[in-house]
Amino acid sequence: MNIVVCVKQVPDTATERKLSSKDNTLDRDAADGVINELCEYAVEEALKIKEAHGGEVTVLTMGPAKATDTIRKALAMGADKAVHLVDDALHGSDALGTSHALAQTLKKIGFDLVILGSESTDARTGVLAAMLAERLGTPQLTLARKVDIDGSAISIERVTDYGYDKVTATLPAVVSVVEKINEPRYPSFKGIMAAKKKPVQTFGVADAEIDTAQVGLASSWSEVTEFAVAPPRAAGTIVKDEGDGGAKAAEFLASKKFI
Amino acid sequence: MHRLTDEYEALRKSVEEFSREVVAPVIGDYYERCAFPYDIVAQMGRMGLFGLPIPEEHGGMGGDYFALCLALEELARVDSSVAITLEAAVSLGAMPIHRYGTDAQKAEWLPRLTSGETLGAFGLTEPGGGSDVPGGMRTTATLDGGEWVINGSKAFITNSGTDITGFVAVAAITGHREPGEDGRARPEISTIIVPSGTPGFAVSKKYSKVGWSASDTRELSFTDCRVPEAGLLGERGRGYAQFLRTLDEGRVAIAALSVGLAQGCVDECLRYVRERRAFGQEIGRYQAIQFKIADMEVRTHTARLAYYHAAEKMLAGEPFKKEAAIAKLVSSNAAMDNARDATQIFGGYGFMNEFPVGRFYRDAKILEIGEGTSEVQRMLIARQLGLPA
Ligand SMILES: Cc1cc2nc3c(=O)[nH]c(=O)nc-3n(C[C@H](O)[C@H](O)[C@H](O)COP(=O)(O)OP(=O)(O)OC[C@H]3O[C@@H](n4cnc5c(N)ncnc54)[C@H](O)[C@@H]3O)c2cc1C
Repeated sequence: MNIVVCVKQVPDTATERKLSSKDNTLDRDAADGVINELCEYAVEEALKIKEAHGGEVTVLTMGPAKATDTIRKALAMGADKAVHLVDDALHGSDALGTSHALAQTLKKIGFDLVILGSESTDARTGVLAAMLAERLGTPQLTLARKVDIDGSAISIERVTDYGYDKVTATLPAVVSVVEKINEPRYPSFKGIMAAKKKPVQTFGVADAEIDTAQVGLASSWSEVTEFAVAPPRAAGTIVKDEGDGGAKAAEFLASKKFI
Repeated sequence: MHRLTDEYEALRKSVEEFSREVVAPVIGDYYERCAFPYDIVAQMGRMGLFGLPIPEEHGGMGGDYFALCLALEELARVDSSVAITLEAAVSLGAMPIHRYGTDAQKAEWLPRLTSGETLGAFGLTEPGGGSDVPGGMRTTATLDGGEWVINGSKAFITNSGTDITGFVAVAAITGHREPGEDGRARPEISTIIVPSGTPGFAVSKKYSKVGWSASDTRELSFTDCRVPEAGLLGERGRGYAQFLRTLDEGRVAIAALSVGLAQGCVDECLRYVRERRAFGQEIGRYQAIQFKIADMEVRTHTARLAYYHAAEKMLAGEPFKKEAAIAKLVSSNAAMDNARDATQIFGGYGFMNEFPVGRFYRDAKILEIGEGTSEVQRMLIARQLGLPA
């Protein structure tokens, strides 16, 4: 089975994240780039499926040159090869643009199964899997906490507010995963050494036949016109228990619509 | 010179994340209960840490001893019990088998040791003495009908009594040599692999230790304990020499572990002094605190350079005895000094077991004792400088 995992490099959430004053997009040079956490779960799931059913795992990353670190990490975990989609024309792409660029690349490299994390810690749109499936004309199985494959049949448990739905489809398909799905492995030294020798192919917009009118900052459907630093958190309110603590707590929870 | 290659850096990072995400949240509880963290050890096994310096054909990671040191440093930044468990298992358990074992011994033990399913231990120290090994040794092994018969006892042996301990490599007197120049007869020391559960091999209950509380340390006794003659590890009569090589390497590993503890003290203090306030401001604004932290950083940095340098010589196949002793001496000092300062900076909270610095304080002292005391390191350095024994 030919599995492609889409992996994104994001600024480390442990460091301070900033928007660039140049064009109001995320300043990707200011913070350390790390692999998006949910993407690690996607890689792990791909590796598990490969271990159970055979096949090959390809990592697909769209991002600047320094995203190679993230590609290396996915390869060190055990993926077989990688495709790095890198082109200045892609800078500032929104979810629609990104889905076009990735879908074009996926059509070029071929796939039976595409796996993604359900969202990234930077943009948090959570729509990419659905958009990709639409553009590729395949079923979408999103928010999976469990994936089962049997021949060309795929079924997942899709998390919902009330529990889970069982969703089934036929391959090829696009799956997005949530963190409940597995425990991503830590790269071993053998994996790290082996990753050095694994092939990483670089694609530009022309190689993937990406329509430049659909990608990049200029084609983005949304625009950040201005931004301000979030105000420091205000002090909380202290409620004194005068025998009515329970009622006051309930009142507070109700005001926040928790109960 | 001392820049990590991309691969070493990726390994360091991988272990850093593991320590932060897997070890840090739960280790305090194991420590408090003096319980061995089987679950963490199993996960360390799955990520290949127990096979770091062992070739791939034996199930290892095909890395080297420096890779092990980097992993030890990152683990010890968070906790020393798991770090010493790894250090003893690899450096004292697996490496002697890898280096001196027969093909049959390697085939029997290495795959299990490198995966972390089985731990090996190294029994050198005896109740009668650890610094003066030949002088303090009373344990004997004699050949009888194709078997070694072992009698004696061992003290403070790491990893010797866990549920997953496979064997203890026991140093024992197997005969006597011709008297040396000084006219004193010297014992012939050999090393014998004693599998756990062998009749006559008894493991006492755990010691109650000041630190390293989540690691396994036991006293062992051997009463007419019989193992096959093929259990001899390496050459007969070379047991002590083999141990010396093992200890030289082990010192670099303990140095790395000590640097990790020293670094952990810096990490914790940098966080704390920005939060804790006294007399109207963060305590990190006081010069007295800043200077303490600067000194802690200096000790950590210089100790790290010392162990990187010793490891570099070791991997290049050059003599590294002096450098290993220097690295062990400065880094265990750094760990001890940093633990004392970090506890001071934390005030009363530093004396609480639930804070990592409380654990660091308890874990630091043994670093000046185990794998050769600080006095022994100074003796080794003086000998390497040509001063008389
Ligand atoms: C938690 C723990 C784990 C351990 N794990 C292991 C293990 O896995 N395997 C193993 O074999 N051992 C192990 N040890 C033993 C350890 O290596 C010894 O404790 C150490 O080598 C010191 O030996 P000793 O305790 O007998 O002290 P001694 O040798 O009795 O020394 C007592 C003091 O005298 C000093 N001294 C001795 N000789 C001289 C001299 N010539 N000049 C000046 N000062 C001197 C020493 O430096 C020390 O301060 C462990 C110990 C501990 C506490």
